[in-house]
Amino acid sequence: MTARSTFHFATTKGGALIALLFCLGGPTSAAPPDVSKAPAGASACLGCHGASETELPSLNKLSESEIESAMDAFRTGAREATLMNRIAKGFTPDETRALAQWLVTQGRAP
Amino acid sequence: MSLTRRTLLATTAAALAAPSLAQAPAKVVVIGGGFAGATAARFLQREGVSVTLVEPNAQYISCPFSNAVLAGLRNLSQQTFTYKAIAAQGITIAQQAATQIDAQARRVTLTDGTVLTYDRLVMAPGIDLNFASLPGYDEAASTLMPHAWKAGAQTTLLRQQLEAMPDGGTVIISAPANPFRCPPGPYERASLIAWYLKTNKPKSKLLILDAKDAFSKQSLFTAAWKEIYGDMIEWIGLSGGGKVTEVKARENIFVTEFGEHKADVGNVIPPQRAGRIATIAGATDQTGWCPIDPVTFEAKLVPNIHVIGDAAVGGGMPKSAFAANAQAKACAYAVSALLRGDNPAEPKLINTCYSLVKPDYAISVAGVYAPAKGLLADVQGAGGVSVANAPASVRAAEAHYAEGWYKTITQEVFG
Ligand SMILES: Cc1cc2nc3c(=O)[nH]c(=O)nc-3n(C[C@H](O)[C@H](O)[C@H](O)COP(=O)(O)OP(=O)(O)OC[C@H]3O[C@@H](n4cnc5c(N)ncnc54)[C@H](O)[C@@H]3O)c2cc1C
Repeated sequence: MTARSTFHFATTKGGALIALLFCLGGPTSAAPPDVSKAPAGASACLGCHGASETELPSLNKLSESEIESAMDAFRTGAREATLMNRIAKGFTPDETRALAQWLVTQGRAP
Repeated sequence: MSLTRRTLLATTAAALAAPSLAQAPAKVVVIGGGFAGATAARFLQREGVSVTLVEPNAQYISCPFSNAVLAGLRNLSQQTFTYKAIAAQGITIAQQAATQIDAQARRVTLTDGTVLTYDRLVMAPGIDLNFASLPGYDEAASTLMPHAWKAGAQTTLLRQQLEAMPDGGTVIISAPANPFRCPPGPYERASLIAWYLKTNKPKSKLLILDAKDAFSKQSLFTAAWKEIYGDMIEWIGLSGGGKVTEVKARENIFVTEFGEHKADVGNVIPPQRAGRIATIAGATDQTGWCPIDPVTFEAKLVPNIHVIGDAAVGGGMPKSAFAANAQAKACAYAVSALLRGDNPAEPKLINTCYSLVKPDYAISVAGVYAPAKGLLADVQGAGGVSVANAPASVRAAEAHYAEGWYKTITQEVFG
């Protein structure tokens, strides 16, 4: 799918708008996937794990490797859980790595 | 006129109308300020999009945990949120209902006649109760036999009826066929009402009349009911004659193909469909729900309109606040990518629904979903329900986590 009137945003790491191009008409060529955006599934994590600590831990305090190894342990069953094991099984090790990386960079809960 | 030419003309007209267009961010209108729409508005705004959120109510009253209000375990004020933080973030709030949508011209008309234009529209109107499909049940009947399936005055009414009921009375809940908002909701409700009855009116009974033969977390609910409530709760499924075909609201009677059931308190959870504005926009199919593209959430029936939350269908995701919030974020990133002319990334979505069976006792269902064959399909090997026969400590931990989920999600959406 292509947008017919195309707005182009260049964003900083934090998502601030720094430049904008406008081109009129004509289909745009297929752009490469935007790596600055949340990898599959990562933004859903924030529904339970937000900026502040509740009955559930905030991910903001965890490092990338802590998130990744926790998810790996939930997936393999090395770490017991009420629910996280059921979710971690839905992500491959590669997806888990991408998700952990995003969570500690762009994905910090505001 | 070809679509391309018309779009070009519209774009040119927009360029003439707005001389400073080179600085103008793309415009998205979001209809509905619930878990889906409010989340989408916030994430789109953070992506640099200019967002108007259309929502008629000044306050949002949340359904999750409203079953605990029925049991007297919570107040409705703990369910109530405002749009102040959302407005403070820089989102324009139009406190109106959307009444018309012109998908070709990309225009939304509001109750007061205001017309909003958009580059893309996100529609998240939640559900409408499908009164036409249940003879005897309508808005007026719901003041006698509440549905309490939209939280607020209906929740308060059902609570008052339960409080007024004498010990030894019968509460009847009717549950609809799939799909409907919150698949485990009727059974969580039955559990928490039973808690109230057990602790206040122990001679009472609770009957569930169901239009289906199986329900969410069924074996966990059934085992917990037996263990905690003995034979207080009775469930009659479709093949046992549980499907309600008519209600007689003045007499508190549920009619099934097998006969009539008279209640002291009758809670009718009627069949549902997408909020009416989705049909006005042409986004609903014959089932009353909006089929969507699993990557962009764009309606399969209308271009440039994205549907998220309870109003959407297309795969295994249940209609939950958790799912609505997760879909909204994926949709916001997809819409933002489309507006930039980028390819949206394939999303993966998560759902988690906790149900309270009594205080300090919860069970859960989880799922992971990804686009497959045009649908948001279950990722095999992931998801499922809480373990059977778990010790009380596990059920207590899940009740504790449920509280955490509610705090986090309501903070992300409204805080
Ligand atoms: C008893 C009960 C318990 C539940 N418990 C849970 C739970 O524990 N966990 C969970 O995840 N989910 C739960 N749910 C489900 C959850 O409430 C819904 O899935 C969720 O609210 C869906 O969000 P939504 O944004 O799609 O719709 P809604 O939250 O209904 O929001 C829709 C919004 O759109 C607005 N609107 C409608 N039409 C228009 C229009 N024409 N113009 C402008 N605005 C409009 C409405 O005013 C409303 O604010 C429960 C539901 C019930 C009934």
